[in-house]
Amino acid sequence: MSDPLFSKKNLKLLSDPLNDSNPITVQVLGICSALAVTAQLKPSLVMAVSVMAVMGFANVIISLLRNTIPNRIRIIVQLVIIASLVILVDQVLKAYVYDVSKQLSVFVGLIITNCIIMGRLEAFALGNRPWPSFLDGIGNAAGYGVILIIVGFARELFGSGSVFGFQIIPDSWYIANGGFYENNGMMILPPMALITVGIIIWVQRSRNRKLIED
Amino acid sequence: MENLINIFIKSIFIENMVFAYFLGMCSYLAVSKTVKTATGLGIAVIFVLAITVPVDFLLENYVLKEGALTWLSPTFANIDLSFLSFIMFIAVIASMVQLVEMIVEKFAPVLYTQLGIFLPLIAVNCAILGGSLFMQQKAFLNIGEATVYGLGSGVGWFLAIVGIAAIREKIQYSNVPAPLRGLGITFIVTGLMGLAFMGFMGIKL
Repeated sequence: MSDPLFSKKNLKLLSDPLNDSNPITVQVLGICSALAVTAQLKPSLVMAVSVMAVMGFANVIISLLRNTIPNRIRIIVQLVIIASLVILVDQVLKAYVYDVSKQLSVFVGLIITNCIIMGRLEAFALGNRPWPSFLDGIGNAAGYGVILIIVGFARELFGSGSVFGFQIIPDSWYIANGGFYENNGMMILPPMALITVGIIIWVQRSRNRKLIED
Repeated sequence: MENLINIFIKSIFIENMVFAYFLGMCSYLAVSKTVKTATGLGIAVIFVLAITVPVDFLLENYVLKEGALTWLSPTFANIDLSFLSFIMFIAVIASMVQLVEMIVEKFAPVLYTQLGIFLPLIAVNCAILGGSLFMQQKAFLNIGEATVYGLGSGVGWFLAIVGIAAIREKIQYSNVPAPLRGLGITFIVTGLMGLAFMGFMGIKL
């Protein structure tokens, strides 16, 4: 294996999941956590970074162990490795960003069963060397993070008129102050996350025709 | 008794796993193409949730919680193992799923062939781990409440997946815009179902 670290093939591992094989909109993996934490931008970003950390390391560890794990018990081995990494992430979040970790509540724990991670471990890390596996993990987590951030941005902007907690819509626009604007309270509610993702899929597929299902 | 019924109704309709927390979405989207398979998976989820939630409840209260180990010796009163709960819960779930699979295969072979591949897949369904983590967060008083919560969450998930499968079967005959076909329309329909389920929110129990 004499590939340079950032050969074309390796870069493709990083960039593909952003569009053509996006984990959320194309592979349909890891939807659960993607939707629940996106009412605001900050938890979405924290979630995206946490998943990236867990995924990068889990892919490398599994890839290093890939020749020693007996096939029959691989699921348990994967779960144990993911769970240990998630415990680490959970403790770090609790120590440094306690309020966000409270907001994410059970969804940090649910990274364990996030199907993106298991899916990539099964599909990629079990059959590839550590460095490509690491890039694949980071790439897929980035693809997941992009969707999370788009959804979080849209929901926070239209739902509470702010981005990252800073108010964007000027006060004077609001009806209460004699303006014309009102926040759309529905964007904060869980179902709108689904509809937002639906619309993202719609936009993506109408621009990228080869993804259309029949 | 009234309390138990309240928890049951609440976990089915108001705090529905799919529509309020988006748990188990992956298999919800992947296995909802026909009503028949959706029913199979739904029943398996009810089954596993009703077993794992009470088992994890016992684990939480007799091993993991701060001071939970005092039944072994009073000197353990300060030990707090709750940081281990993720790994313990997932281990319990994985082994319970295996156990349930073996029991069903032995005593109800018909059900076993119907559930097929879905049983082992359930170990990585977020609804199962989510059920246990919510149980931990809600701090139920006794095992009865925890069991009823597990059962109710399972029934709620079952209703959701059978509903979406029925809608998807019908949608096949509709003229959906090409980029929206398949996944896109399923998301939007789920969102609309979620909005409908939000109508239950006003109920005070």
